[in-house]
Amino acid sequence: MRLRHSKVASLRLPGAALAISVTLAVMSCAMPASRNASSMAADTLAPLRREDADWLERVSFGLDSAMVADYRRLGRERYLEQQLRESAGELPPAVAAQIQELNAYQAAPERRLQQLQERRKSINAMADGPGKEQARKQLNDEAGQFAYRAIRLELLQAVYSPAQLREQMVWFWLNHFSVFQYKADLRWLVLDYEEQAIRPYALGRFRDLVLATLEHPAMLQYLDNTQNAAGHINENYARELMELHTLGVSGGYSQPDVQQLARVLTGVGVHAGPAPHLKPELRELYVRRGAFEFNPARHDFGPKVLLGHPVSGRGFAEVEHAITLIVQQKACARFVSRELATYFLGDAPSARLVDAMAETFQQSDGDIAATLRTLLMSREFAAARVPKFKDPMHYVLSSVRLAYDGRSISNCHPLLDWLNALGEAPFGRQTPDGYPLGASSWESPGQMSRRFEIARAIGAGNVHLFDHEDGTAATMTGFPQLSNRLYYEAIEPFLSANTRTALSQANSPQEWNTFLLASPEMNYE
Amino acid sequence: MSERVTRRRCLQLLLAGGAGAWARLYAAPVSGPRFLLVFLRGGYDASNMLIPYSSMFYYEARPTIAIARPDPAASSGALTLDSNWALAPALRDSIGVLYQQRQIAFVPFAGTPDLSRSHFETQDSIELGEPLTGAHDYRSGFLGRLHTVLTGANAGGVTAIAFTDALPLSFRGPEPIPNVSLRSVGKPPFDDRQVRILSAMYSGHPLEPAVTGGLELRRQVAQAMQQLSDEMRTSSRDALSIKGFELEAERMARLMRDSYRIGFVDVGGWDTHVNEGAAQGALASNLAGLGRGLTLFAQSLGAEWKNTVVVVLSEFGRTFRENGNRGTDHGHGSVYWVLGGSVSGGRIAGEQQPLERANLFQDRDYPVLNDYRAILGGLFRSMWGLTSGQCAQVFPQTTPTRLDLV
Repeated sequence: MRLRHSKVASLRLPGAALAISVTLAVMSCAMPASRNASSMAADTLAPLRREDADWLERVSFGLDSAMVADYRRLGRERYLEQQLRESAGELPPAVAAQIQELNAYQAAPERRLQQLQERRKSINAMADGPGKEQARKQLNDEAGQFAYRAIRLELLQAVYSPAQLREQMVWFWLNHFSVFQYKADLRWLVLDYEEQAIRPYALGRFRDLVLATLEHPAMLQYLDNTQNAAGHINENYARELMELHTLGVSGGYSQPDVQQLARVLTGVGVHAGPAPHLKPELRELYVRRGAFEFNPARHDFGPKVLLGHPVSGRGFAEVEHAITLIVQQKACARFVSRELATYFLGDAPSARLVDAMAETFQQSDGDIAATLRTLLMSREFAAARVPKFKDPMHYVLSSVRLAYDGRSISNCHPLLDWLNALGEAPFGRQTPDGYPLGASSWESPGQMSRRFEIARAIGAGNVHLFDHEDGTAATMTGFPQLSNRLYYEAIEPFLSANTRTALSQANSPQEWNTFLLASPEMNYE
Repeated sequence: MSERVTRRRCLQLLLAGGAGAWARLYAAPVSGPRFLLVFLRGGYDASNMLIPYSSMFYYEARPTIAIARPDPAASSGALTLDSNWALAPALRDSIGVLYQQRQIAFVPFAGTPDLSRSHFETQDSIELGEPLTGAHDYRSGFLGRLHTVLTGANAGGVTAIAFTDALPLSFRGPEPIPNVSLRSVGKPPFDDRQVRILSAMYSGHPLEPAVTGGLELRRQVAQAMQQLSDEMRTSSRDALSIKGFELEAERMARLMRDSYRIGFVDVGGWDTHVNEGAAQGALASNLAGLGRGLTLFAQSLGAEWKNTVVVVLSEFGRTFRENGNRGTDHGHGSVYWVLGGSVSGGRIAGEQQPLERANLFQDRDYPVLNDYRAILGGLFRSMWGLTSGQCAQVFPQTTPTRLDLV
């Protein structure tokens, strides 16, 4: 959280703020107190330093009490090391239970696709009529429920995981290796994609991450590599693999390189069911991992030259060699570093910072955690003077983290509705470029007025967040307590005069919440 | 950089007009060309809208869903348009009237070279409006580029709006374009006092124009809709009798008459794989609602209808033959509609072929003889007098077609 007008920020209106907080304490008793809400201004710790609050905001989906306490206990360096090592504490039990339940829906994509084929076959065999229509609709509804489970898994972990930096990276990579749920069978596959191809590698080695996405049916279906075969080249995945995933549009590759990589990728596809019948000499080259398949009968075995180097190996070994060649390019280190710096710092990171990160990336063999350490401990990051406008995901999640501070929601539909309204739903980007990283794409008039409406929905207490997922109504009513200890510790000290004036004009605690969540301070990190 | 452009423009407007500057962006000059794109999502069955009644093969290929040949003596059933084509009975009283007034033309064999036959892919590739081969620029859609070109060329700017819940791909671009769904329009969420407080919180902030503009847009839409329903009440028209697309169309006309030059709306429900119906049925009632809505749109624009062009299109056509479920599957070529008060209509435009089996594409679909980029590029060129450089900005690597429709 950062202000643009530091001179006026020192103006304070303590009378107004206190008066309203007393009102709040009286009026918000309908909502069960969160673990910190009962402590008011009087018993807060010394406020966080501005630079620490800013730093924490940027490495997370917004402040909550638990992370502020961890940070105070550990200090920046140890806190960061803990975040980079993923040993960052546990989820609230009610959220952990939901996640466990959702993970039970993970079935190997192979089984999932097989079941899907069988069900489609039996529907096609049905006599025409309402029964058949009904069966089609049922299957379609189930696909929607599946994709929604993947979205719940993503949102719940992003809001509640103490491993906030890892969750930052999961969202970053989901967007970097973006897939769209409504293409092909993707609604059945995105849960597995998120949990098996992205999350385990979010802080690992970049090459492993690229290969995990390359071997995932969701990516192969989304970018049409399932249709890429010797004699029937489909360049779609080959092009985006270099342009969007690794080298960047000006990363020094040419159209012939795209064509060469497309040939390398022939035979890389998806298959559920018994292995195809192959000639004896090809059998040992057949690769099958779950629903991922490398089928040598569809592969172009001719010699290839990629980025000036001959591609060595035979069969799938060629693909692994090509990916190694690509991720070792200086252009790849620079592209990934620039994307990361833009994500964490906002538009136009300095060339010096990107160079330093790219050097770490190359020297560490594409170690994502090491590259992040260079970024997050850099002077430029610590002293960032230009506030970064939050994308919708960060805006919605940070508002909920502040409003409910660790208290578990039980229904993600309101979150998804808000993200849809702001144009950034998970797995909702049609085109493979992912949602834009730069602030400029989100600063439209429509965006701002919708954010204010969401601020009001959260500030006035959206009880549907506490509905059960099966649709039974919430047992909880009331509105959240935003002027809590966390607020006095890490937000109130840095509010601008304009925001203080607005807060002092609130007629009710709900309206006070709305104004705070609508403020510039809550829209920037 | 887009951000700079936007901010600079906001700043200029701020300097020129004070705090309500964004609002000024929404107030278009009174007269001038207007364009509305109606996207029928799902791939509508063009062969049961524009009926190739002279084709024997049409009746062979559609044993249960073909629409009967027009009877010139009858006042119902398909309406004869020329010696080859007739209009679906469901559109007789709406679009049929516009056709007789020469305010609508149809372009059969229209579409895209995209052969994926996937709804999403084909919709996306149409909305991006780029050549299919080579690298793609996902940052802009063709209406976004048209908006940029026109904004650069017109001092006052040309305002655009999408009447949708989410900004469509076609409007992606460097300049932010607002979107608002008109299916249900509520009261503005904040009262005047709250609007003042929220705006004041951003006073002097770089986002101030976006904030005041966003709040103003909501207020403006709510106010326009309130006026509309008041007018309908006083003219003793029963507002409740209008619903669905008609209601949306009337609301769109109000906003386009008063404030916007480029509009976009999508209409769903066209993916008729099963029980499509013929003269009556699922497709017919969807077409009837669309036709009534467009007629109401034309009427509600009043004098501005003569400056307005509406194009109705869909991502692809459907199979020429019916399938085993009395429906049709994803096909290729489609029929586009071009209508407006000054459109030289009452005709079937563009390249055509007799509809015989030998002429079907892949022995199943209408071929595409009229590329959508060439058709739209030609329209935009005539409407706004675009140079060939500007046309190429909107639709790269395309030669606009001259169909003399406007």
